[in-house]
Amino acid sequence: MIDQMLQYVFTGLSAGSLYALVALGIVLIYRSTRVLNFAHGDIATVATFVAYSALSQQYSFFVAFGAALVVGAAVGVAFYFGVLVKAQREGANLLGMVILTLGLALIIQGAVVWYWGAEPVALPFPISDTRTYTIGAVVVSQLSLASLGAGLVGSLLLYLLVQKTRLGLAMRATSENLMAAQTLGIPTRMVLGVSWGVAAALSVVAGVFLAPALLLDPFFMLDPFLKGFAAAVLGGLNSLPGAVVGALILGVAESLTGAYLAIQFKNTLAFLIIIVVLLVRPEGLLGKEFKERV
Amino acid sequence: MALLKVSSVETLYFDRIYALFGVSLEVEEGEIFAVLGPNGAGKTTLLRTIAGLLKDQPKKGEIVFDNRRIHGWQPESIARLGVVYVPEDRGLFKELTVRENLELGLWGRRDADVARDLESVHGMFPILRERAGQEAETLSGGEQQMLALGRAMLRRPRLLMLDEPSLGLAPRIAKVVYEALTAISRTGTTILLVEQNARLALGVARRGAILEAGRVVLEDTAKALMEDENVRELYLGVGTADEPAQGWRQYRRRRRW
Repeated sequence: MIDQMLQYVFTGLSAGSLYALVALGIVLIYRSTRVLNFAHGDIATVATFVAYSALSQQYSFFVAFGAALVVGAAVGVAFYFGVLVKAQREGANLLGMVILTLGLALIIQGAVVWYWGAEPVALPFPISDTRTYTIGAVVVSQLSLASLGAGLVGSLLLYLLVQKTRLGLAMRATSENLMAAQTLGIPTRMVLGVSWGVAAALSVVAGVFLAPALLLDPFFMLDPFLKGFAAAVLGGLNSLPGAVVGALILGVAESLTGAYLAIQFKNTLAFLIIIVVLLVRPEGLLGKEFKERV
Repeated sequence: MALLKVSSVETLYFDRIYALFGVSLEVEEGEIFAVLGPNGAGKTTLLRTIAGLLKDQPKKGEIVFDNRRIHGWQPESIARLGVVYVPEDRGLFKELTVRENLELGLWGRRDADVARDLESVHGMFPILRERAGQEAETLSGGEQQMLALGRAMLRRPRLLMLDEPSLGLAPRIAKVVYEALTAISRTGTTILLVEQNARLALGVARRGAILEAGRVVLEDTAKALMEDENVRELYLGVGTADEPAQGWRQYRRRRRW
C-alpha cells in the first residue's frame, strides 16, 4: 500500500520536474517582461522536431539535443527582438503583446505541420522507458530517472545563472525595476533577450524529455505547457522557486489523483488548482504581494 | 561652457498634454543647480526628459550634454555618458540586497578604482556596510536615500540629477543627506537638484531656477533667489515687509513674474 503510493509519488515527481522546467520558463518571461508567453510550448515543439530530424539522420543524441536547444533559444530571442521590441516601440500594451505570443504559437504550429506533417512520430531516444531499476520497493524506469535528472540540472543551472552571475543580477534588477536598470546603464534589451532565450531553452529540455513518453506530434506540448502554467500560478507567477515547488506539487497531486480518484480527472486537476489558488491565495504559494514603503 | 544646456524643451504626455513649455536652462560644470517649483510644475518631467526616460520626448528643443546632443537617445546610452538620475522613488531594487544594489552601480566599470570608490561610499554612509546583506526594502527611508546616493556615486557621475532627495525624510535625516550632497559636490560632481523644500535646496545650491506650470519663471543665483520677494513669500514662507499691520493677509498673493 505504502509502496504503491511511493511509486505514484515518484512518478509524479519525475513528471513534475519537467513541468518545473516549463513553469520556470513561463515565470522567467513573466517576471522580466510581464508577458504570458503562450508560444512557450510551441517553441519547445519545433525544437523537439529539430532534434527528431537530427536523430533520424543518425546524428548523435548530444548533437541533436544541442541543435534543439539552439533552435529553441533562437526562436525565443528572435521573437523578442523582432516582434516584441518593435511592438513595444509602437506603444503596444501588455494584452497586445500576449496576443502576439498567441500569434507566434499559431505560426509555429502551422510551420511544424507543414514541414513535419501532422502524423505522430516516435522520437528515437537513447534512454529507454522500459528498462527499469528497483530502488527499495519503487520501480524506476530509466526515462523517468533521466527526466528527474534533467529537471534538477535545468533548475540548478538556472539558479546558478540567476543568483550567482553578474548577468543574473542584471536580470533580477531589470525584472524588478526596468527604469532604474536603464538609468544605471544596464543594457536592458540584451538582458531581456537573454531571458527569453534561456526560458525557451528550458522548455526545449522539457520537450525533448517528454517526447519519448508521449508521441511527437505538432501539439504534444500543449498539455505540458498548460500544466507548467498551472504550476507557475500555484507557486506564484513571479517566483522562480515557486515555479519548481508548484510543479512538483502538481506532478505528485496529478499522479495520486490518477491513481486513487479517477484517471479521467488527471488533467482537470491542474485547472482546479488554478481556480482554487486564484480564489484563496492569488499571489501563489511563494509569490509576494505587492507592498511599498516610502 | 555649460556642461548641460537645455534649450526650449517641450515635453508632452500622451501627445497632447503639455508638461514643459519651452524650458531653457544651463548647468555649469561643478555647480549645484536647484530647480524649485510647486507640484505639477514639471520638475520631475524635466529630469526624466533629460535622462531620456520619456519615449519620443522632448517633442521640441535641444538637450546638449558635454557638447553632445542627447535628446532622443536611449536612456542606457545617456546613462553611459555619466548622467545619473536618482528618481523620486530612489530607483532601488528593493528585493536585492544593499550589496547587490551597489554592485549594479558598478555596472560597466572595469577600472582599478572600483574598490576605492566602494570604500569611499562606505566611508560616507557607514550604515550601508552594516546593512550590506539586507534587502533594500527593509531599509528606512533615509537609509534608502543614502543607498541611492551611494549607488549613484559609484557610477562616477559627471551630472548627478536628484529628484526630491529630502522627500519623506525627517528634517534631521534630510540634513544628513544634504551634507552628503555638498560633500559629493566638493569632489567636482555637477548636481542638478529638483526640490520642493526650497530652503534646504537653496542652502546648498549655487544657482537655481523656479519652474511653474512648465515654464522657467526665474533663474538666478541661489543668493539672489533667497532674497527675491516672491520666492521668499511663496517658497520660503517668510512674510514680506509690506504686510498690513493688522496681520491681515490676502489668501493668495499676486505673483510678479
